[in-house]
Amino acid sequence: MNTIQVNNLHFSYTPGSSVLNGIDLELDQQTTAIVGQNGAGKSTFVKLLKGLLYPTKGEILFKGKNTRDYTAASLAKDIGLVFQNPNDQIFKNNVISEVMFGPLNIGQDDQEARHNAISALKKVQLDDKLDTNPYDLSLSERKMISIASILAMNTNIVIFDEPTMGQDFAGKEKLKEIIWDLRDQGKLIICILHDMDFAAEVFERTIVFNQGNVLADGPSREVFKQKNILQQAHLEQPSITQIANELGLDGNYLTDEELIQALKEKMTS
Amino acid sequence: MSIIQVEGLKYKYPDTDQLALDDISFEVKQGEFIGLIGRNTAGKSTLCFALSGLVPHFFNGGYGGKVFVNGLEVRQHEVGDIAAHVGLVFENPFSQMTASKYTVFEEIAFGLENMGVERNEMITRMDESLDLLDITSIKDKHPFDLSGGQMQRVAIASVIAMKPKILILDEPTSQLDPQGSEEVFKVVENLTKEGITIIMAEHKIDKLAEYADKVALIDHGKLIDFDTPAKVFSRDDLPDYGITAPTATRIGKALGIKDSKTDLFPVTIKAISREIGDKL
Ligand SMILES: Nc1ncnc2c1ncn2[C@@H]1O[C@H](COP(=O)(O)OP(=O)(O)OP(=O)(O)O)[C@@H](O)[C@H]1O
Ligand SMILES: Nc1ncnc2c1ncn2[C@@H]1O[C@H](COP(=O)(O)OP(=O)(O)O)[C@@H](O)[C@H]1O
Ligand SMILES: [Mg+2]
Ligand SMILES: [Mg+2]
Repeated sequence: MNTIQVNNLHFSYTPGSSVLNGIDLELDQQTTAIVGQNGAGKSTFVKLLKGLLYPTKGEILFKGKNTRDYTAASLAKDIGLVFQNPNDQIFKNNVISEVMFGPLNIGQDDQEARHNAISALKKVQLDDKLDTNPYDLSLSERKMISIASILAMNTNIVIFDEPTMGQDFAGKEKLKEIIWDLRDQGKLIICILHDMDFAAEVFERTIVFNQGNVLADGPSREVFKQKNILQQAHLEQPSITQIANELGLDGNYLTDEELIQALKEKMTS
Repeated sequence: MSIIQVEGLKYKYPDTDQLALDDISFEVKQGEFIGLIGRNTAGKSTLCFALSGLVPHFFNGGYGGKVFVNGLEVRQHEVGDIAAHVGLVFENPFSQMTASKYTVFEEIAFGLENMGVERNEMITRMDESLDLLDITSIKDKHPFDLSGGQMQRVAIASVIAMKPKILILDEPTSQLDPQGSEEVFKVVENLTKEGITIIMAEHKIDKLAEYADKVALIDHGKLIDFDTPAKVFSRDDLPDYGITAPTATRIGKALGIKDSKTDLFPVTIKAISREIGDKL
């Protein structure tokens, strides 16, 4: 089964200052958003899942086996991670070699790697930039290149660290499609986000991190109801929910359609 | 007198055929807060570079028209001279870091030392900007050992500490948590009260609607509109420029509810809630 089990996970970069303080989570097939304040430990957590860092205490089990007992190369076939800063990930001098690098690295042959790279670049609509140097593109385009690089590896688990960063409306729509498409293929998707509207609309489950702990975890609809908890984690409710609250509506509203429908009924009655 | 004047500005990056900025003209008064919006690759960052002198001094290429900041014509002055009047927060905070300092504190002090700010004044400004961006607790950390959002806060603080007359911020809240973003908008709004002029490129339309005095809408390097948020956000053709209207405006339009104060569609959560509240 495609699950990750996290037991009593602790981590610190430097002795004496703890970043994660005992996280227990089971990550499964539901599309999952991780939200939380700057410095809460979100990026650190996903680097641990990917085996780029090792727990100071506790364990991470993937397919029932401790991530410590996998080699980085074998985990790479199963877990793809899109970094928060695309500049940390991109180092080739043209787009196509950049996106082919990961697939080649996990053992795809040249033809397969090229095929997967081009199909991933199509998904982010950058397949007309194959020979461009990534550093002659804007930051938002570089972010899309880094996403395509991971999609091309076709891993069972795909983790995105702030994919909506710097993306415009069309970019976010593209991401939505990519995420739903991965979900339909039965992949495990985890996504760190600061965009509450996007998290509420797209993800089934939301986990709130706060100072190295899990403060809330559940269906997105339930989590985004809890104004006090969100406030404590330096978050906000989705903007639609905020309007519904201002108006004192019962129930909870996450999308434009839900709120418009409810208000239409109220105003005619 | 306007503190920023842009007259027929055209610019093309080297080895490209398309104009990144195409005949842009506008003026900004001292203390105004201007939001810069447009789809990805519209030309927002390039306009930020042109206002701070990186275009044409650092990025060469084809240049036409004139840009004046605080009376200086950008093309005729070196970047160093312009920097005394204009501060720029880069889109990628990593680009802002000197890579030569060992602590966040030294990183922020660097610009002030360069300006020759006197010691006591420097300490006051350091404390103030660390506090405004809520990064006092990480002031002794290495600038590269920070989370993305923490680094973005440091980048903003290091420019704010220099108190430039004109402050340009290129998507400064892209990695900030929601409360941190709100704080940055508040900090920037407060700076306008001290007479500092703000240009901020942003995708957070709801926040610009609430805080900006005017919004400049750019597409394919052209200035499409330059007006109050209420006017720009009530345009029906926003989707053609890759922009979604603020949440309040979308709901207002769907329900046919206008803001009684502007006779346009509401742009803030407060306004839409007030108008609907009156009808329930
Ligand atoms: N390489 C490092 N060395 C030391 N401390 C680090 C390092 N990277 C991150 N930290 C610290 O660990 C904590 C968690 O950082 P992390 O990057 O996981 O946060 P985050 O939740 O992803 O935040 P953001 O929303 O800003 O991206 C922060 O206090 C940060 O300063
Ligand atoms: N360093 C560069 N070299 C060549 N072209 C560039 C460079 N930076 C940006 N561009 C191009 O200039 C145009 C405007 O980009 P930019 O100002 O970054 O837009 P925005 O900030 O609105 O996303 C785009 O077509 C982009 O690809
Ligand atoms: Mg992070
Ligand atoms: Mg930009």
